[in-house]
Amino acid sequence: MTLPRDPELPQAAANDVPRLDSATVATEFSGPSRQTIAACPDCDLLNSLPENPHATMLCGRCGAVLYRHHPNSIDRSLSLTLAALVLFLLSNSFPFLAMKSGGFIQETTLLTGIHELWKQELQGLAILVLLTCVLVPLAQMLGLLYILLPLKLGRRPALGAARVFRLVQEVAPWGMMEVFMVGILVALVKLGHMATIVPGTSVFSFGALIFAMAAAFSCLDPHLLWDRLDLRR
Amino acid sequence: MKENAITAYQLGLVNCHDCHLLVEIPHAHADLLCPRCGAHLHPRKPNSLARTWALVCAAIILYIPANVLPMTITTALGSKQADTIISGVIYFMQNGSWEIAMVIFIASVFVPFVKLCILIFLVLSVRFRSTWRPKDRTILYRLTELVGRWSMVDIYVVTILVALVKLGAIATIVAGPAAVYFASVVVITMFAAESFDPRLIWDVIEEDV
Repeated sequence: MTLPRDPELPQAAANDVPRLDSATVATEFSGPSRQTIAACPDCDLLNSLPENPHATMLCGRCGAVLYRHHPNSIDRSLSLTLAALVLFLLSNSFPFLAMKSGGFIQETTLLTGIHELWKQELQGLAILVLLTCVLVPLAQMLGLLYILLPLKLGRRPALGAARVFRLVQEVAPWGMMEVFMVGILVALVKLGHMATIVPGTSVFSFGALIFAMAAAFSCLDPHLLWDRLDLRR
Repeated sequence: MKENAITAYQLGLVNCHDCHLLVEIPHAHADLLCPRCGAHLHPRKPNSLARTWALVCAAIILYIPANVLPMTITTALGSKQADTIISGVIYFMQNGSWEIAMVIFIASVFVPFVKLCILIFLVLSVRFRSTWRPKDRTILYRLTELVGRWSMVDIYVVTILVALVKLGAIATIVAGPAAVYFASVVVITMFAAESFDPRLIWDVIEEDV
């Protein structure tokens, strides 16, 4: 299988798709300078990026978001990540639910819950919960700090920062703290008629943590970061 | 149909999966690393259809014990009660908390089922070179990527119940065997969605021009 490189590729009318011919691509595609064209990750169509850096760019064929402007992204993501890290420490040091039943109080933190699964010979589940609710979010936060701090301080990008950023993006689907939050709420209702359930400090910091993490990631500008972390410079 | 737009593949360019840098590659089978972020470069995800298909089949098999076996085993005042996912949903409906019943039903029964159906449909549609509504099929794919994680809710509920309800002789909750199967279904379908390449949907349309 060889890739077709015919310069006479069909050029028929496609009304609302910004079409690019091979000549334009050849002149515009020039290595490490600012990219002016981008291929859609979902349908592989070549789109030219807008000249106005504040515009949001959607793929002309399948509607995927190709580029979105993120104002002041490094400052915002950095501060939100720091906030998230503090909330993360709070969430893991205090119990999130306590159960009262006739003078008997049973408290649980996230880590004791995982330990309990482990003791019941469900090691696989324990590891899964540990990964998705503790280790992956922690790795994401530390990874972002590692990348963003040197950039904020105007230093050279940290050693291996591009690889770290790649990992942070790859593990993102496996951080499931918001799903865990829904789990806490369901458990609250489920046990509500068995005993008195008292939500602990951790429930509130956990709720705030989810918003801080989501905000930190939505403020992040991958285009800008990849530009700054370029291994070739 | 907008058949005549140009894709990166047609010009011998590869879009890096991770940093979306466009890289020129000498031939389709070259094993190259992205010069910017160091990721492996592939024009399309390798063996996408076969991998997705295999993972979907595994998930279907595990989906059966996940629904038949008990998820939690509650011991309260000497009596033992095993709950499957469905019996848990029915229990909530009878107790009047239909919101919780709905959350659990959607997250644990509806989402995994629909996700498997969509993935089977997408794989078959690419396999049989369908040109039917590619944009909508791409949206379906993005949907499966987005909602899959929410199926984990039930696993987390079990984790919390197991940790919290340890009142000795009065009440104890133990995780049942279905918890492991169900968690495997969620993880495997997430990998299945990740290994499917939505660009295959569009390749068929370009080749047919």
